[in-house]
Amino acid sequence: MDWNFILFTFIKIACVIGAVLTMFAYSVLAERKISAFIQDRVGPNRVALPLIGSVPVVGPFLTRLGFWQPIADGLKTILKEDFTPAYVRKAYFWLAPAIALIPSFLTTAVIPFGSTLGNPNKKMVIADLDVGILYTFGIVSLGVYGIVLAGYAANSKYPFLGGIRSSAQMISYEIAMGMSVVPLFLVVGNLNLSKVIEYQAQNGWLICYAPVSFFIFLVSSFAETNRLPFDLPECETELVAGYNTEYSSMKFALFFMGEYANMIAASSMMVVLFFGGWTLPGLTTPANTLATGLLHIGIFVGKMLALMVLFIWVRWMLPRFRYDQLMDLGWRRFIPLALANILFYAGWFWMKT
Amino acid sequence: MQDLFFYLFAALTLLCGFLVVANPFSRNPVTSAMFLALTIVSMAGLFVLLHAFFLAAVQILVYAGAVIVLFLFVIMLLDLKEEQRRTANKFGIVTGVISVGAITVILIKTIFESHATATVATPALEGATQPLGRMLFNDYVLPFEILSVLLLVAMVGVILLSKKDLR
Repeated sequence: MDWNFILFTFIKIACVIGAVLTMFAYSVLAERKISAFIQDRVGPNRVALPLIGSVPVVGPFLTRLGFWQPIADGLKTILKEDFTPAYVRKAYFWLAPAIALIPSFLTTAVIPFGSTLGNPNKKMVIADLDVGILYTFGIVSLGVYGIVLAGYAANSKYPFLGGIRSSAQMISYEIAMGMSVVPLFLVVGNLNLSKVIEYQAQNGWLICYAPVSFFIFLVSSFAETNRLPFDLPECETELVAGYNTEYSSMKFALFFMGEYANMIAASSMMVVLFFGGWTLPGLTTPANTLATGLLHIGIFVGKMLALMVLFIWVRWMLPRFRYDQLMDLGWRRFIPLALANILFYAGWFWMKT
Repeated sequence: MQDLFFYLFAALTLLCGFLVVANPFSRNPVTSAMFLALTIVSMAGLFVLLHAFFLAAVQILVYAGAVIVLFLFVIMLLDLKEEQRRTANKFGIVTGVISVGAITVILIKTIFESHATATVATPALEGATQPLGRMLFNDYVLPFEILSVLLLVAMVGVILLSKKDLR
């Protein structure tokens, strides 16, 4: 065992988790600000820190931007009463929020978020697995347990219905999602995500090769992250708040965090698979210096944030699907479409050889 | 290091497997299903130690991610109060012990009869997906196709049985 390697990996893990948590806090703010913009409101603009708030131009600007809002939100959730109803199944009630959060962090392990830091041995990915994409799908499929168990643990009607809905929904859309990426790997010929980016650096982004795949993947990831238009497991008008009805305080915050961490993971997967990861047209060689290494990470984060804004935008623009429409879309539209897509690419490569 | 992980995952697999069928603390079927999921995850750990990353990933993806979630789905929809009160009956114990004993005998016999040639060659399927696919679709294509037809038949059968009015 190489201690340098272990230390470097630990630093990477700490940085990635720190980055995901920060992004979680600020994507909640972005969600509130963008929804306010779409609904013609102002959004959070009150929270100010005592000293910085009184700095002439910057202070009021940051306050109006809601920059300190995440701190207030965090404090509020921690200080709220953590109420456990008497009729819940205790063990699962405590376990479910953790199970909901962990998989979304685990997926970030295989995502190459940059090229190198100058030195070719210092790859900017925590685990460069040969079966990277399968690992991601495996872990994503474990994410359903958190919601199902939350629904079961609450031991009351609406959370239970939410849990049942989510298990059916997530399994259905996982199939479409898994099938949608098969053409990509027919094109690239490798399951390793670093190799996928390498291919895109040389031949252009994969979204140009497989636009149908991207469409299916995008819609399926809305369903997988339980976001509107597919947030049936927690749909307020029918199920109160779905699977997290009985949860309060920090336990609820963990579910919330899980949802946003899932969004972050899904966006970064899309950046890696369809938008060339850290590459830009004309900027395709792995970094030789620290500065270009950081630039590559910046490019990756920039693309990811753009997709996050898309996630948030769609949530506030589209109405919710009905449950039978959701199932119909998954099984009768997307799975046949994804299969036809695979056949098309397979046939195309067969003709070429 | 590798040995340590082997014993860890093997012990976890056995312990969780035991808790699936005979949990002394709770007779809740959901708990059993969760321990089955843990058994499968620790078996995936054993596959990783054998450098079969593809199998490990597929194991988690298919079993833990889909099959057991469906188990949970069904268990949660059934009324389980009765199941929790039920005690093990004699017939179940006898058949269970007999089948486990038979499998154990077969396993032990196979282990002793296999010629333990000391050279453990590095497996041709070292983790990579390509050799596995090549083998599956060239050498073993017939069994593979037969298996998929079997699954298809099962699926058609389920749809036929669950349909109330046949047109």
